[in-house]
Amino acid sequence: MPSDHKTGLRWSNWNLLLILPLFMLVTPWFNQDEPRLFGLPFFYWYQFVFVPLGVLCVGLVYVKTKDEPVVTGKPDKLGVDDLDEGAN
Amino acid sequence: MQWTELIVFSALFLLVTVMGFVAAKWQKGDTLEHLDEWGLGGRKFGSWITWFLVGGDLYTAYTFVAVPALMFGAGATGFFALPYTVILYPLVFLPLVRMWSVSRVHGYVTPADFVKGRYGSHWLALLIAITGIVATMPYIALQLVGLEAVLRSMGLNGSGILGHLPLFIAFVILALYTYQSGLRAPALIAFVKDILIYIVILVAIVYLPSKFGGWGEIFNDAQAKFDATPAKTDGILLNSNNQLQYATLALGSALALFIYPHSLTGILASRGRNVIKRNMVALPAYSLVLGLLALLGYVAISAGTKPIVNQATGRPDTNTIVPELFGANFPSWFAGIAFAAIGIGALVPAAIMSIAAANLWTRNVYKEYLKKNATPAEEAKQAKLASLVVKFGAVAFIVFVDPQFSIDLQLIGGVMILQTLPAVAIALYTRWFHVYGLVAGWIAGMGYGMWLLYGIGNPAIGKAHFAGSALPLGKLSIFGWHPFGESAMTIYVGIVALAVNLLVAVIVTLIAKRAKWFNGTDQTDPSDYHVDEDSPRVKPIAAH
Repeated sequence: MPSDHKTGLRWSNWNLLLILPLFMLVTPWFNQDEPRLFGLPFFYWYQFVFVPLGVLCVGLVYVKTKDEPVVTGKPDKLGVDDLDEGAN
Repeated sequence: MQWTELIVFSALFLLVTVMGFVAAKWQKGDTLEHLDEWGLGGRKFGSWITWFLVGGDLYTAYTFVAVPALMFGAGATGFFALPYTVILYPLVFLPLVRMWSVSRVHGYVTPADFVKGRYGSHWLALLIAITGIVATMPYIALQLVGLEAVLRSMGLNGSGILGHLPLFIAFVILALYTYQSGLRAPALIAFVKDILIYIVILVAIVYLPSKFGGWGEIFNDAQAKFDATPAKTDGILLNSNNQLQYATLALGSALALFIYPHSLTGILASRGRNVIKRNMVALPAYSLVLGLLALLGYVAISAGTKPIVNQATGRPDTNTIVPELFGANFPSWFAGIAFAAIGIGALVPAAIMSIAAANLWTRNVYKEYLKKNATPAEEAKQAKLASLVVKFGAVAFIVFVDPQFSIDLQLIGGVMILQTLPAVAIALYTRWFHVYGLVAGWIAGMGYGMWLLYGIGNPAIGKAHFAGSALPLGKLSIFGWHPFGESAMTIYVGIVALAVNLLVAVIVTLIAKRAKWFNGTDQTDPSDYHVDEDSPRVKPIAAH
């Protein structure tokens, strides 16, 4: 069944940036009171810093992958060609 | 009765009511008698409208009152809302555009439509649709909890059935304009809601801390309060037992959010892939607001705010913390604006959720089983009626059943909706899973998840079952075997259930492939997942 092999995935290494914000979940790195910033314990302001960081990561991926070909006309095989799996 | 607040609140409520009815004519298509129009606003919302609509949809009134209430009561664990809404966008950035494209090519209106197209199985689609409806219903009811918290703070705190009358009136009005205008109503109202929210939060966050001695003082007050309580799980920092719960709850909630039908409704209503991508960059502005708002829970501790007693249930309602804080520390007219922001903030998501549930009912139950040859106009009619039923169901729930029950159900709903992740989200990338595997995984994850939730009690509040989503690892058993011994470390139930779901799905898929069972017909083509708005392949909007 060839249709099962054509996953039509497109990959850009920029997408790896999307993993970065997930490091916010490693609580032992920031579960502490000091140093405080504007009176906020480290636990809180550290997580606030991830808001702009997340925006930066997603924004970079958006800008850098903007030129990827999108399907406009009839079905093209571009996505499939990028992927070795669908070698048919 | 607080008249100034009430008058400001009513004036703003009147404004959005008018907007709700006028919305039917806003960016009008050829007809409203089609789900593309009524249920998805014509599938043509641009970046700004989508930002307000999805922002208004995801960051609900309930979130705005419940998260600070959680911080007020338990401390740092309530702050999971920030990591949740930060990791959310990088996680869904890629899958959402695929979902948009494939839905645009085939005219899918609901996630269950996609599942049916992908696997050719209306039974799997039915399973997804029912999960979606059941998980969304209590979410709508919770919006009412948020709205009621505000109404009671303004003095409309009657007892008995009569005490719910203001809520009932507000919801009848909402039901009527949603019936008439469809998704355009919440889209237009969301502008008012979000602007009010931003103004209120910015003022609150600048003004209130200085009034109570600055953030340093506020955090010290909070720490002092938590030190004085006998509970070991509270505090302004996490402890060694609840860190895993904090991280997994944030992750599980983020994975769940965009498979909720109402979130996808907002995404599918947008014009194109770039609109969605830009929004994934811009929506965290709301996360920032939510994080700041969460801290108001601590401000309320410093301010000595007391939750008011709900006359209908006779118990103090911690959800009134933020409204009470605003009421006591702002001039009446500004408190009125703040109350309106929260109140209108309940209407937007409630409308979108009821539309999403109505779409599911119409597309995946009514058209699939009850009236196969329904015309688009009949579908639209059915969806409008269903949206009324859903909303009145939610009101009845709040009025006749203890609101606590809705809160429990919403907790369960999050675990439930996560079980549709393999069929809805993973299927966007691969058809490796066999349809039997997906069904078996759903049953296993759902069953195990419900069983675990049932077993979580909290003696402190006198609840033996469904008292929370934090599962002590020591209680985790596999047919009586306890892999983690007596560990008191907690984890989010939804993640455990999802792991079981995936494991079963993999095993059954392997068996099904070995046995060469038929895996349904895929209606979609790999290139469908990359189609953009200017392609001739997109399905004409509201076509018959």
